[in-house]
Amino acid sequence: MGVTVIGIIRIRDLFSVVILTGVFSLLGAAIYVVMDAVDVAFTEAAVGAGISTVLMLGTLALTSRHEKTTGQDRSLPAALIAIIAGAFLIYGTLDMPTYGDANAPINKHVVPRYMQESSKEIGLPNVVTSVLASYRGYDTLGETFVIFTAAVGVIAIIGRGRRKRKKTDETKGADA
Amino acid sequence: MNLGELRFMQRKVILRVVSKFLIPFILLFGLYVQWHGDFGPGGGFQAGVIFASAFILYALIFGVEQTRKAIPAWVTRSGLAVGVLLYTGVGVATLLLGENFLNYNALAHDPAHGQHIGILLVELGVGITVCCAMITIFVAFASRARS
Repeated sequence: MGVTVIGIIRIRDLFSVVILTGVFSLLGAAIYVVMDAVDVAFTEAAVGAGISTVLMLGTLALTSRHEKTTGQDRSLPAALIAIIAGAFLIYGTLDMPTYGDANAPINKHVVPRYMQESSKEIGLPNVVTSVLASYRGYDTLGETFVIFTAAVGVIAIIGRGRRKRKKTDETKGADA
Repeated sequence: MNLGELRFMQRKVILRVVSKFLIPFILLFGLYVQWHGDFGPGGGFQAGVIFASAFILYALIFGVEQTRKAIPAWVTRSGLAVGVLLYTGVGVATLLLGENFLNYNALAHDPAHGQHIGILLVELGVGITVCCAMITIFVAFASRARS
């Protein structure tokens, strides 16, 4: 993953950068599989590596393939900010319980109930699905509305222009 | 990838044949993930994305016009709303049956059975909305690039 990140930073050809971000997402999905989070890995592989790569390619087709370089070099302050922010993040993780600790707060609150009762209450073998669709049904409803709104926004911004242009083409054809 | 490369991709025989061969399997896999999400990994969101990716692949290889013949704009646009309405409709149905919003226990006599029906319908709603949203967004971008 580190190698792909360095590649993304260094390479000026945006086509390769987009493909490298797809590779990065796929590696991330592999890490989720290693951590036993198959559902998350599935989403990451489908959305991160698949759809968003295609959407970025579509955007590249609209704009240009090569990155424009600005005259002044701002990499030093940028690196400084990145290092400071990274140091804070690492400092924050020092307080976190070790990964997979059974006594961690996240495994104490509602997780035991989901794990033990969901087969009785919901009757589905996949606990992730029962949490997502039933216990946290409101959240998933909200997510669906977010996606709906995103698509409606895209239609409103760039979907309508196409239709208008088509109409003018038709009227032109009628005139001729 | 610029316009020329996009056209170049559409002329390649191998790409056309292989994608034609793959698309039915992608659609089938999307349906499997949709209906099997309660037993294995996956669910409405992933299924919607996979289902949409089949159409996006078709659009990449055969062009947006052909894709719009396969799945017209009104289908994806109404699909967007149908998915959300199906989800909220399940919630309203549980309300009318005398339970809390989105409490699927009310949908059948046996609470676990009701949960099963509710989750299946809700996941279907998510799947429809996600699939239509992805196709809509991609087609909006791609048809911009063409002109």
